Amino acid sequence: MASQTAVLGASAPVREQPPASLVGPWAWARRNLFGSWWSSAVTILLGYLLVRWAWGFFSWAVLHAVWSVPVAANPLETAIPCRQVQGVGACWAVIGDKWRFILFGSYPYNMQWRPALAVLLFIGLYAVSANRKFWRKELLYIWIVTLAVIALLMWGGVLGMDYVAQDQWGGLPITLILATFGLAFAFPLAVVVALGRRSTQLPAVKVLCVGYVELIRGVPLISLLFMASVMFPLFMPEGLNPDKLLRAQVAIILFAGAYLAEVVRGGLQSLPKGQYEAADALGLSYWQKTLKIILPQALRIVIPPLVNTFIGFFKDTSLVLIIGIFDLLTAGKVAMADPVWTGFSTEIYLVLAAIYFAFCYAMSRYSRGLERQFGRARNR
Amino acid sequence: MSASATDPRLAPTRQAPRRKLQLSWSDPRFRNIVWQAIVLAVIAAILWYLVGNTRRNLELRHIATGFGFLESSSGIPIGETVVPYTPGSSTYLRALIEGVLNTLKVAVVGVVLATVLGTIIGVGRLSPNWLLARLTAIYVEVLRDIPVLLQLLFWYVLLQGLPAPRQSIRIGDAVFLSNRGIKIPLLVWEPAHTWALLGFVVAIVLTVLWARRAKRLQDLTGQKPLVWPVALGLLIGLPVLVWAVLGAPFTLDLPALKGFNFQGGGTITPEYGALLTGLVIYTSSYIAEIVRSGIQAVAQGQWEAAQALGLHRGRTLRLVVLPQALRVIIPPMTSQYLNLTKNSSLAVAIGYQDIVSIASTILNQTGQAIEGIAIIMAVYLTISLSISVFMNWYNARIALVGR
Repeated sequence: MASQTAVLGASAPVREQPPASLVGPWAWARRNLFGSWWSSAVTILLGYLLVRWAWGFFSWAVLHAVWSVPVAANPLETAIPCRQVQGVGACWAVIGDKWRFILFGSYPYNMQWRPALAVLLFIGLYAVSANRKFWRKELLYIWIVTLAVIALLMWGGVLGMDYVAQDQWGGLPITLILATFGLAFAFPLAVVVALGRRSTQLPAVKVLCVGYVELIRGVPLISLLFMASVMFPLFMPEGLNPDKLLRAQVAIILFAGAYLAEVVRGGLQSLPKGQYEAADALGLSYWQKTLKIILPQALRIVIPPLVNTFIGFFKDTSLVLIIGIFDLLTAGKVAMADPVWTGFSTEIYLVLAAIYFAFCYAMSRYSRGLERQFGRARNR
Repeated sequence: MSASATDPRLAPTRQAPRRKLQLSWSDPRFRNIVWQAIVLAVIAAILWYLVGNTRRNLELRHIATGFGFLESSSGIPIGETVVPYTPGSSTYLRALIEGVLNTLKVAVVGVVLATVLGTIIGVGRLSPNWLLARLTAIYVEVLRDIPVLLQLLFWYVLLQGLPAPRQSIRIGDAVFLSNRGIKIPLLVWEPAHTWALLGFVVAIVLTVLWARRAKRLQDLTGQKPLVWPVALGLLIGLPVLVWAVLGAPFTLDLPALKGFNFQGGGTITPEYGALLTGLVIYTSSYIAEIVRSGIQAVAQGQWEAAQALGLHRGRTLRLVVLPQALRVIIPPMTSQYLNLTKNSSLAVAIGYQDIVSIASTILNQTGQAIEGIAIIMAVYLTISLSISVFMNWYNARIALVGR
């Protein structure tokens, strides 16, 4: 070993340092920022705009911003320090005053630890589901238990927690409930519809599934939500009138089901035909073949696009604003309408955008990571 | 002939003997029929139940069904009209047509602008310039992860927050930005312009014919006559010539501040402006990703082979890379166009009167919930179907011709 390295060391030529013009930050900048006169022009123009804009934003959001306001005797005068800098500086005091309302809506103030805990449970549930170590049957039980605990926390009525009616819920928990319960119910529906659409033996079922998917994908979510809010009560027998949130939830499940079904169908189609034939050759029944051979492979392939579709639904839940359900965006809009704080909607919109962005960006990073891992396994 | 008859691969595949359908659970065909019958029966029962409930509920509320209400006159005021409409005397049907036209106005302009902006951003992400690549990447990442409704509301607040007409921001003396919208100069339309437009259409036809002839000559002789000077001359020269012959009328209708508001000129209302800006910016971030991945999907060897043939960068892109990239780009692009059209229904949140907004107003005025929603769905299904038929046709045209 030692002699080998010695021999190698002796035979290796002395490495020359590359010329100074090819390494270091200057060379990097010459290559990547000023590669040609065209590139230099773009760099200078963009750099100028970026510096100007970033400085303007910094001076608005930090330098001249009002972070808190003293309590005024007349509540309508609370915002006066903010009004003095309006247009020059941001008023973050509105967030300080309203953040509990934006996050939890009109949930009773002293019990807001319950929706807060529910939000943490949701985030924990996502984190556990994202971990590949937990991708097994037990995950299903974890989901059922967690969702039940969340429902218990929100409603209360037992274990010394006061009952809180559903029309008092609001804010971030509603957004998470619509998205998560939507996915939890839409996913099994989507798998069944995708299988139905692929079936060759049952033409009637296939026609039904194709009709459902194409109809839902052809119309905007708004029209389904309108349907849920004005048409659904007509469908129900007299006296039975499910509340607004449940109706919107059903609309979102039906909507999500159609889109997820197409994603799942993509996975089913990408499996080689040999897998189906091999399962048939083993004499497995349809359900054995589907549950033990086809779905485990097909669903694994479509996890990254499923996460991307889920990001879409998470954003689309904000549409319930239009039928007056109190989700995060609606809570923000109501907070803006407070006469004390009129005119500071930009700040609230920025905070709302940051919350949505945080959730969606985390999911999209995760989905890209998975894609890379799967790609690595495939291209071995 | 005889060889092929003995070749077992070419012999017709042996069909399994066709058995008669047996009325027994062990016959899979019988099982399938039973299962389908059960599924259909369950769905029919659910539908029957829902229809029954609906009819009872409608009777209880004294709502007449049917589309007769479309003929009665509507009192809905509509801010932006494409065809003449007067609230009070025009019918509900006219109001709905107005809504459809407003939806199309946003969708068509939005699709064009989003494609242009998205392509620029997507190509920018592949730029060797580090700053440009990073900034466009941030643009895509941030805008894709914020709900489009939030973006629309934000742009609407921004446009409404512009100063009043008297303190409006002016660009030159022609464009005014105020909280009443964006005022732009309009050309006073005269017959000469119509003729010039007609000349332009004729020029397009002539250019296409010339291009075809050039292609034929190239096939015959290998020499290709230049196309672009002829095209340029025709497309610009002919309309200008027609316009000049007819006296070259050119008057601009400039907006001017009179009292508290503007007179003259064209208006982009804050609602339309916010909706268009929001949809274009949101969709362009998706289109940018599609364009980027489409260009990246073309193998590096294609660039190198084109270079080896002596094509320079522009021709490589146009003749080698883009035709292949388009095949990857078209299908996801279609679904983005559909998404933009469907997202235009969010207009109802900022008060732009598209089909959803007008239909829901009608629905509230008349109580015709089922008909109103059926109309909304029918309109969107028609638009979606038309876009996908067109894009499928285009996709088939550029698809790789298989062996």
